[in-house]
Amino acid sequence: MTESTVCLADLASVIRSKNAGPFVLTLDVFFKEREIFRKVRDAGVITKASLAELYRVSEDDILEVTFFEPAEALKISIKRWVSSAAPGDTDVFGAQQHVPLMSLSFELEK
Amino acid sequence: MDELRILSPTAILGYGFPAESLAEGMANKPHAIAVDAGSTDPGPYFLGIQPGEGGARLAQFARTMGADLRPLIKAALQARIPLIIGSAGGAGGNLHVMGIARLIRGIAEQEGLKFRMAQIQAEIEQSLVKEKLRQGKVTPLGPVPELSPDDVDRSVRIVAQMGVEPFVRALEEGAEVIVAGRASDPGMFAASPILEGFDKGLSIHMGKILECGAIAAEPGSGGDVILGTIRRDHFLVEPMNPDRKCTVRSVAAHSLYEAADPWRLNEPGGTVDLREVSFAQETNRRVRVSGSKFVKDPVYRVKLEGAELVGYRTICIAGVRDPAALAHLDEMLEAARIRTAEQFGDLGRAQWELYFRVYGRDGVMGPLEVESSMAHEVGLLIEAIASTQEQATSICMFVHAQILHYGFPGRTSTAGNLAFPFSPQDIPAGPVHRFNIYHLMEVDDPLVHFPIQMIEVGDD
Repeated sequence: MTESTVCLADLASVIRSKNAGPFVLTLDVFFKEREIFRKVRDAGVITKASLAELYRVSEDDILEVTFFEPAEALKISIKRWVSSAAPGDTDVFGAQQHVPLMSLSFELEK
Repeated sequence: MDELRILSPTAILGYGFPAESLAEGMANKPHAIAVDAGSTDPGPYFLGIQPGEGGARLAQFARTMGADLRPLIKAALQARIPLIIGSAGGAGGNLHVMGIARLIRGIAEQEGLKFRMAQIQAEIEQSLVKEKLRQGKVTPLGPVPELSPDDVDRSVRIVAQMGVEPFVRALEEGAEVIVAGRASDPGMFAASPILEGFDKGLSIHMGKILECGAIAAEPGSGGDVILGTIRRDHFLVEPMNPDRKCTVRSVAAHSLYEAADPWRLNEPGGTVDLREVSFAQETNRRVRVSGSKFVKDPVYRVKLEGAELVGYRTICIAGVRDPAALAHLDEMLEAARIRTAEQFGDLGRAQWELYFRVYGRDGVMGPLEVESSMAHEVGLLIEAIASTQEQATSICMFVHAQILHYGFPGRTSTAGNLAFPFSPQDIPAGPVHRFNIYHLMEVDDPLVHFPIQMIEVGDD
């Protein structure tokens, strides 16, 4: 069994972000194939800790990390650093906050 | 009745739809047309708006919505099926409901139409929220602070998301057109199925998938028509435009769109449990969904949304291209902030706020940005917020002048540090609001806070 370093953008057909209400950002990743979805889920490398490090936020701000088999999807919810459209916000719909996730890389069994 | 068909013409009233798609939808003989007309997505502006504010903007907004409403009203009345509009006017307050109802009456008059219209309000009195707060019946929804009576007082308008019950009641009373205030998105689509005794979990889950129009199809579109067909133990979804199709992937993906938890859809009065859900490709354009189950909550809770006025905003947009100016950008911005504090400090910090967004560096992600590089030019957005529009404009003008003429060490471009695309440079942008209530409130009855008024339109 061999492992190689992969990044999420290579495994996914969709990586997107959006508000889930004005106080939460939700990130969806749809994997290209069910087998890849299962491998990533079972590898246990995408966790609150790894996401907190990626986004440089506290682990408490990563609210949910859920693998959703019916859609072969990964769902991540993050506390917004400022509520939608409150003074200082940069992305009212939360639609452009997914990019760091694209380059999340980890070891995966081939 | 073995099956019931619900037509969703567009993601948000005003996004539009091709006439051919609506015609195809009507050829499928739907039992109701339902459309969502608001959301918290664009922010708190519409929730916080005051009568008389935003005149030109609202007139344009009304024209856009009217362009969608006219063919929908005519199609629904001709087919003798209800047209159900929820979260009217962007935010679903009383003035939003009245605005959409006025638009509809205008269309009815021009077209010579007669029908029974239900107006359902969703605005909640501050005194009721404070009373419920005292009783411990208001709790934060997600990562939101506990509510205080002061928050309630500061909120310029509070709405609650109604569940499916007020829509069902209005249909029972013979409404042909329903204009409702703030509503949970699936409710307006689930009302007819629930009234006819179809499974509540399936009805609400179908509503969740239909509420964004053809976004649940491939290629997705917020401006196209989708049909939901509910049966006793499953439902089907299919786009009406032949250039689109629903796939297991597109429908399953939409079932988790904009939701924090993919396994549970939290709705007024209960949760749709999706742990047993299954998606299957029925034809190459139609997907079959089964297994969604409604689990009733022990107490009925509604989601409250409130907005407070923060102040008034003036913005200035400028570009920076000179490499030395880019290298000293943060220094320039900080110097401008300090001079502004000296100049306007006596107003008190709370009475003005200043924000810089640097596009080409971290303008999109702010503190979440992980890249540290900067482009060869950047866009600078200067934003001043103050307690009056005039004060915000004064501050914005002062700030842009400070940056324009700031002399940093080694400066060679001594005529100015900013490239302005516009004259005037400073653009008053109106009131600024913040969502300050996003809480759940226990209620004794799913109907009592959402009064229904029946109006006979065109009956003079």
